[in-house]
Amino acid sequence: MIHIALAGGALLIFIGIWGMLTKKNIIRIIIGFSLFDTGLHVVLVGLGYLKNRTAPIVDADLPAKAASSQSVDPVPQAIVLTAIVIGLAVTSVLLVFALKLYQSKNTLDINKLRDNTND
Amino acid sequence: MLKKLFALILIGGLGLIFFQLYNQRSRREGLTKTASYYTEKGPAETRSANIVTSVVVTYRGLDTLGEVTILFAAASIIGFFLKRSEKGSKDKTIRNQSSELLQTGSMLLVPLIFLLGIYVFVNGHLSPGGGFQGGAIIASGTVLAFLANPSFEGGRTLIHILESLSGMFYVGIGVAGIFLAAGFLDNRIFPTGNVGSFISAGAIPVIYSIIGLKVGAELSAILYSLRDTKEQQ
Repeated sequence: MIHIALAGGALLIFIGIWGMLTKKNIIRIIIGFSLFDTGLHVVLVGLGYLKNRTAPIVDADLPAKAASSQSVDPVPQAIVLTAIVIGLAVTSVLLVFALKLYQSKNTLDINKLRDNTND
Repeated sequence: MLKKLFALILIGGLGLIFFQLYNQRSRREGLTKTASYYTEKGPAETRSANIVTSVVVTYRGLDTLGEVTILFAAASIIGFFLKRSEKGSKDKTIRNQSSELLQTGSMLLVPLIFLLGIYVFVNGHLSPGGGFQGGAIIASGTVLAFLANPSFEGGRTLIHILESLSGMFYVGIGVAGIFLAAGFLDNRIFPTGNVGSFISAGAIPVIYSIIGLKVGAELSAILYSLRDTKEQQ
């Protein structure tokens, strides 16, 4: 199972980078960024997984004494928790920039965007 | 064509890095030093049943504060950019009404979604979930309210109040930790109780509730400013 998660995450990252580097439409670049972000989260959480272990939440099945020998790594999960929200914030800012760019230049194609402050 | 080649080379290099990571992972036996400290001492020190929560809110609480700041900055940037375009004309754009089904359904669902969001962040120290997830659920309720009624205006003042005050309360609780407990954002300023009971983990549920309200308000504010942008022409 974990291999599928890791491979899927890596695939998402590759698709995202491909989209960011080769697409000309800004919206597609942002979608590429978003895919890259999601893939990174999947890979990070997947790397923190350890076989035959459970979620790091102390309850009846996981006494506090056994937590360090029976739970998966909590650190990547904490990092990803943070990264998801930051990714969301960055994506929304990117989208607003794209919106403003479209309003002023009337195009989303990065090849047609020219700095026309001189004329 | 050359550009695509470079992209392929970059992807190949990244693939190599991931392969290395994967190889190291499969050789890994136990937790790293930091992680085993958190899992061993976390429940005893913070009394939070969810170890991830104790890491996010207490051990790395400063990072979470920074993250909330980033979210606030993003919401402010968006508000700044989109409000500018609106200045001058105050006329309301006419928006299409949504279907009867969506309107009636949202009246039932929106309060329930808000309730679920509050449940998720209030129980952040006991179960999977917490402030960020709860806040995102609350914001999804706002999206539904917008879909059902595009000129929905409720809660705008509340959002501003929550946005402004919750960050202050967060820092205030952090500073209280310096005087009443071991350091900034220490959760032991309130009685910590027993692991697993609802009132436990000291300041963690309070901080997570503040974060939940802040994230929910912040994301809703972004939604408000996105909706209020006027199309040109």
